[in-house]
Amino acid sequence: MAIVPLERKPLTFAERTYVPQILAGLRTTWQHLVKPKQTLEYPEQRPAIPPGYRGVPTLVMDPNGREKCVSCQLCEFVCPPKAIRITPGEIAPDAPTGHVEKAPKEFEIDMLRCIYCGMCEEVCPEEAIVLQNQFSMTGYTREEMVNNKARLYELGGTLPDSHFKWDKKKTAEEHGNDRH
Amino acid sequence: MIAPAKPDLVTVNIDGREIAVPKGTNAIEAARLVGVDVPYYCYHSKLSVVGNCRMCLIEMGLPAVDPATKAPIMDPATGKQKINWIPRPQIGCATNASPGLHIRTQTPQIKDCREGVMEFLLVNHPLDCPICDQAGECKLQEQSTGYGRGYSRYIEQKNVKPKRTQLGPRVMLDDERCILCSRCIRFSKEIAKDDVLGFIDRGSYSTLTCYPGKQLSNNYSLNTVDICPVGALTSTDFRFKMRVWFLKQTNSIDTESSVGANTVVWSREGQIYRITPRQNDAVNDTWMADSGRELYKTVRASDRLTAIKIGGGDSTLEMALKTAADLLKSGGVAVVGSGRSSVEEQFLTKKLANACKASAFLVSRVGEGDKLLISADKNPNVRGALVVGLLSELPRVAGLAEPGRPGSATRATNDVRTGGLESLAAAIDAGQIKTVISVGEDLTAAGLSAVQLGKIAIIYLGTHANATSAAARVVIPTLTVFEKSGSFVNQQFRLQTFAKAVPGPQGATDDLVVLAKLAQVAAADVTAVRALLAAEVPALVTIATAKLPETGLLLDATPWAALPFVEGETLHYKPAAMLAATT
Repeated sequence: MAIVPLERKPLTFAERTYVPQILAGLRTTWQHLVKPKQTLEYPEQRPAIPPGYRGVPTLVMDPNGREKCVSCQLCEFVCPPKAIRITPGEIAPDAPTGHVEKAPKEFEIDMLRCIYCGMCEEVCPEEAIVLQNQFSMTGYTREEMVNNKARLYELGGTLPDSHFKWDKKKTAEEHGNDRH
Repeated sequence: MIAPAKPDLVTVNIDGREIAVPKGTNAIEAARLVGVDVPYYCYHSKLSVVGNCRMCLIEMGLPAVDPATKAPIMDPATGKQKINWIPRPQIGCATNASPGLHIRTQTPQIKDCREGVMEFLLVNHPLDCPICDQAGECKLQEQSTGYGRGYSRYIEQKNVKPKRTQLGPRVMLDDERCILCSRCIRFSKEIAKDDVLGFIDRGSYSTLTCYPGKQLSNNYSLNTVDICPVGALTSTDFRFKMRVWFLKQTNSIDTESSVGANTVVWSREGQIYRITPRQNDAVNDTWMADSGRELYKTVRASDRLTAIKIGGGDSTLEMALKTAADLLKSGGVAVVGSGRSSVEEQFLTKKLANACKASAFLVSRVGEGDKLLISADKNPNVRGALVVGLLSELPRVAGLAEPGRPGSATRATNDVRTGGLESLAAAIDAGQIKTVISVGEDLTAAGLSAVQLGKIAIIYLGTHANATSAAARVVIPTLTVFEKSGSFVNQQFRLQTFAKAVPGPQGATDDLVVLAKLAQVAAADVTAVRALLAAEVPALVTIATAKLPETGLLLDATPWAALPFVEGETLHYKPAAMLAATT
C-alpha cells in the first residue's frame, strides 16, 4: 500500500497559547467537584443490596428455631464447583423435631470454591440454603474460608416461612386423622 | 402375518412388533425383550405374581376365530386375521404369552389407567423424597415422572402412619411410604422361608407388620429392603448415611462362602457405604445374605494392618521383602495359602511354593450351610486353588478323620471349624520347618499352638491383626477384596471376577506385588498374572483373552469331580453325590 504523506494543519494562535485547552479541562474538573458522588466510603459506608442479590450462601432456621436443612444433599449434588460437603445425620426420635428424622451432622461450604451461582438455593426443596446479602468473605487461612454448620447458621439467621410444612406434619400426626 | 415359531416359542405382537418368546413368558418380560417398558411395582421376576399394584395394565387381544368352525376370521380392511381386543385393560404380569397374543401398551386408555393408578398410589404417599433413602432409586419417583399426571388434585389431609417401626435388627419400616406391593411378604415366605410379614387392617389403614412376637431377623432380611420399590423398608445400617446418586458401583463377589454371590459395592471417595446383590440367575438370582453385606466394615476396622514390620519394628517394603527372601532362602519353608485369596494370588502362591521347593497348605473353613446362599465351605475360593494347582486334594477339615465326613469340631470360631494344618504342625514339631509364609491366614486359629509358632519364623501377608501377625518376623499389610481386582472359582466351578472398588490404605501393598516379588515372577498385576495363567493352566486358557461374562465362566470340573467337597445343597447348586443319586 502506498504511503500518503499528510500535511499537518498549522496551529492557530489560541491553540498555541494552550489557554482554551486548560480552561476546558478545568471545566470538567470543576463540574465533578460539584456533582453528586458516585462512589462510597467503603467500608464505613455500605451499598444498598438489591432484592435477589446473590451473596454468601447461608443456612437458615424457620421462625420457630428449627433448622430447615434435612441434608438431602441436592445442593451438594448440583454445586458446579463442588464447594458443598454434607455429612448427613439422624435426629433422635424423642427430640422436639424428631418427626423430621434427618438433619445435617456437618455442613461445609468452601468459600474459596463457591462461585455464588445460586444453584444450591434454587435446588433446595426445604428453602434452607439462601444466598443472602453478605458479599464480603475474608480470612487469613484456607480453613477460615470454609464455613462450617455453626457458622452457616450464624450467617443465615432466621427467615420467614410461608409453609411450616413440618409443623403441619406434626399437627396431623398428633391430632389429624386417627389410626386405629 | 404371524411368523411360524419354534415349538417351545410362541410369537406375540407387542405394540405392532412381533417377537418369539418362550411359552408362558409374561407380558412385562416379553415387552422388555422388544424394548417396551411396562411399569410395575409388585411384580418381581423371582417371586410369585400377585397383581395387586395394577400398574402394569395393558390392552390384550387374541386372533379371532369362528366359534363354530374354528376358522380364522379375516379382517377385510387389512387382509389379516382379525384381533379381538378385550375392552378392559389386563394386568401384564399375569398375562402369559400364548400363540398370537397381541398387546398394546401405548394407547390413550392405558395412559389414563397408568395416570389413575399413579394418582391413587400417591394419594397417601408422603412428600418425603428429601429425607427418603430410596430417593434416586425409587420406582415411585421414576414412574410418577414417566407415567403420572404431573400434578396433584388431592387437597385432603394425607394419612398419618408410624414413621419408624423397627421390623427387625436390620430393617426399618416407614408405614406412610408403603404402597402395599407385598414383595417383602412374598420374599420372606417364598425365598427366605421365614413367613413373618403380613398386612393387617383394611383400606387406607392397611399396614405391613410382623407376626406378633416375631421379628424380621433372618439372615436374608435386607433383601426385602432391596426389592422394596419405595422407601418403606430401609436398612438401619445404610439409613441416612449417603444419597445413592453419589455412590460408585463396582461389581464384586461375596467372600463369605463358596457360593460366590454376585454383589455390587457402593462407594464414594474411597469409602464403602453398602453392598447389594447383583443379579446372576445361575448363582444367586437377585439375593444375598445380610452377613455378606457387612463385610465392608472390615476395610476400615481398627485392627487393620497398615505398617510394614520386621521383628516388631517399622520398616519399608524393600527391607521387608529382602528379609523375607533371606528367610525363604535358608530352607525348611512351608507355604500356607488361603482359600480367601483370588485365583491370581493362589497361582503366585503356587509359584512361590515351587520357587522355595516348599510344600503348600491351605486352611479349611467349614461351617453350616443354610441351603440358600451360604454353603458349608466358608472359603470362597478353594476350587481356585485346585484349578491353579496349588492343591491336588482338598485340605483336611479340622477335627475330621477324612475331609467331608462329619465329626466333632475341635475348634469353633463363629461355628466355623478352621483347620487343615495338622501335617504342618507335625512337620514343625519334627523340626523340618523353619519358616512359614502365611498368605492372610491366622495360623493360631487354624490349629497351630503358640509353642509351634515360637519354633518358626513367620512371614505374614495379611489385612488384619491377629495372633499370627503378632508373632510374625515379617508383616506385610495387604489389601482386602474390595481394594483389589481378581477372580474366584465358586462351588459350581464358575470363574467370577471382582473389581477394585476403593483404593487400599496407605501402607498396604497389593498381594500380587508382594507374592510376585517373593516368587521372583515378573507378572505383578492382575492382567499380567492372567496372561501367565492362560499360558500355564489349561483350564484357564480363556481367562486373559476372552472378556469374561458378567455372569461368570463355567470351568470344566471333571478333573476334580471325585473330590469329597463339603458343600451341601444351596440355591442353583447340587453336590455331585446328590446329582448322581437323582440321575
